[in-house]
Amino acid sequence: MTAVRTVTVVGASLAGLHAARGLRSQGYDGRLVVVGEEHHRPYDRPPLSKEFLTGDGDPGEGLGPLALTDPEDEAELDAEWLLGVRAEALDTAAGELRLAGGRALRTDGVVIATGATPRTLPLPPLDGVHTLRTLDDALRLRAELRAGAERAVVIGAGFIGAEVASSCAALGLDVTVVEAAPLPLVPQLGEEMARVCAGLHARGGATLLCGTGVAGLRGAGRVTGVELTDGRALPADVVVVGVGVRPVTGWLEGSGLALDDGVRCDEGCVTALPNVVAVGDVARLDRPGTARTVRAEHWTSGMLQGDVAARNLLAGSTVERFDALPYFWSDQYGARIQYAGRREPGDTVRILDGDPADGGGFLAVYERDAIPTAALGVDRPRPFMRLRRELARAPQPAGR
Amino acid sequence: MIPVCRIEDLPEGESVRIEAGDATAPIAVFHTDGAFYAIDDTCSHQDASLSDGWLEGCYVECPLHAALFDLRSGEPTCLPARKPVRTHAVTVVDGMLYVHPAVQTVPGRPVHAAPEEAVA
Ligand SMILES: Cc1cc2nc3c(=O)[nH]c(=O)nc-3n(C[C@H](O)[C@H](O)[C@H](O)COP(=O)(O)OP(=O)(O)OC[C@H]3O[C@@H](n4cnc5c(N)ncnc54)[C@H](O)[C@@H]3O)c2cc1C
Ligand code: FES
Repeated sequence: MTAVRTVTVVGASLAGLHAARGLRSQGYDGRLVVVGEEHHRPYDRPPLSKEFLTGDGDPGEGLGPLALTDPEDEAELDAEWLLGVRAEALDTAAGELRLAGGRALRTDGVVIATGATPRTLPLPPLDGVHTLRTLDDALRLRAELRAGAERAVVIGAGFIGAEVASSCAALGLDVTVVEAAPLPLVPQLGEEMARVCAGLHARGGATLLCGTGVAGLRGAGRVTGVELTDGRALPADVVVVGVGVRPVTGWLEGSGLALDDGVRCDEGCVTALPNVVAVGDVARLDRPGTARTVRAEHWTSGMLQGDVAARNLLAGSTVERFDALPYFWSDQYGARIQYAGRREPGDTVRILDGDPADGGGFLAVYERDAIPTAALGVDRPRPFMRLRRELARAPQPAGR
Repeated sequence: MIPVCRIEDLPEGESVRIEAGDATAPIAVFHTDGAFYAIDDTCSHQDASLSDGWLEGCYVECPLHAALFDLRSGEPTCLPARKPVRTHAVTVVDGMLYVHPAVQTVPGRPVHAAPEEAVA
């Protein structure tokens, strides 16, 4: 792109940081501004529901092992960090970003990396009720879990809910997980494998209640219990709501950018404007070769999209598309789950190694017309990785 | 000095993880490109086991987030890992493979590069 003198990255986390790195590694030497609403430098979120909650060390000052950058790295990035500052609007015609406090920033290029924020339920705001997305959320939850809480109720049995429940169980709490669907994770894993993963809760000592919603909370000031739609009430000292996330696009209303459960962009993370790209959890991309769009909420896509978006932003058009195979992992109850690929309803599952019934880990491949579409491994990192590589190379069934 | 196995038991392209005992973190030993290498088994990024990784020449790819480590220096060559893993000397005596664990140092800095005389 000609005459790019300022690029502003909005969102100082995984995807924004990798876009900033991508810009520099591809030779961009203009002004680089990173705007982040949180006061922290970029840090890694996946540990927040896992070892960060269970770890016994004092979190201490600073980010410790969560930090995504170090001083050397920051020197190389040579960016201006505006932290603790919210972007409030984008005027694409004027090339201006409006920041909280009334300040405006002139910019030639924009990387939208504002991620996602937890969905909430219409529940009264009682103490002891948490969501988990940020380091500050995790610090608050962690403090309560250590301050003598005995009973935790986790609402939602998705990956984050399951990880939090697992961490609570590891800390010795009595844990119940409430899931509205008849079985959690079916859209992600399909019924057969979802059932296996749901079985991990019992194995880890937590109770999973499916097919019932939350009717309300008990307590005044502080939560004491959760009322279920089936009439039961569960006592609770701590409640964690993990019912999914929604992309943070509110600040882009009125910008003229297409918003549809995410910032709409082409297969190379580029919006309708060649100087505005979107990356990470907030980005909804065209799926090459199909009429579909996808928004990933996985760490690896966030990391990899930054590089592609940076290249396309600098080129002024989509010269590279993002077509990495979706991949995520999750750690629960001592098991490491890894999934890669694009499973769809109707795909069949074949177990290649181990036995899902005996709790000792296994490797499964999803297939359609005998063509592998996805892989799921539980405690099978090495053969999983081999399969993941094969999948990445294999032709996909039409329409994926 | 820790005995690993007989060299014929670790074919080219294979790896083995050894528990080096108290105070020493697990070590991953690789046979690749005609040589043996030993590095700390735990990825410097999070807690994946590098002996489960994908071997490609003198590099191993972490099975969790695909950081690539140079087996000769322990240095990561791509993100998300940023810190090196320690390397350990390897010797072969009478067809038996041994690892000499590096002295525990400040985390993150290797003390020894893998020796050139590592043999196939
Ligand atoms: C607890 C937890 C555990 C996870 N575990 C896993 C896992 O095991 N495996 C996996 O694959 N993925 C996991 N993920 C998902 C992964 O962390 C996300 O996919 C990744 O963080 C997305 O990165 P991002 O940069 O797109 O968004 P985010 O990390 O959400 O960052 C967006 C940033 O933008 C900032 N921001 C938002 N709005 C504004 C604004 N208007 N102005 C300025 N700044 C703004 C936010 O404050 C935030 O810091 C986990 C996520 C969480 C929360
Ligand atoms: S644990 Fe090895 S790259 Fe993340």
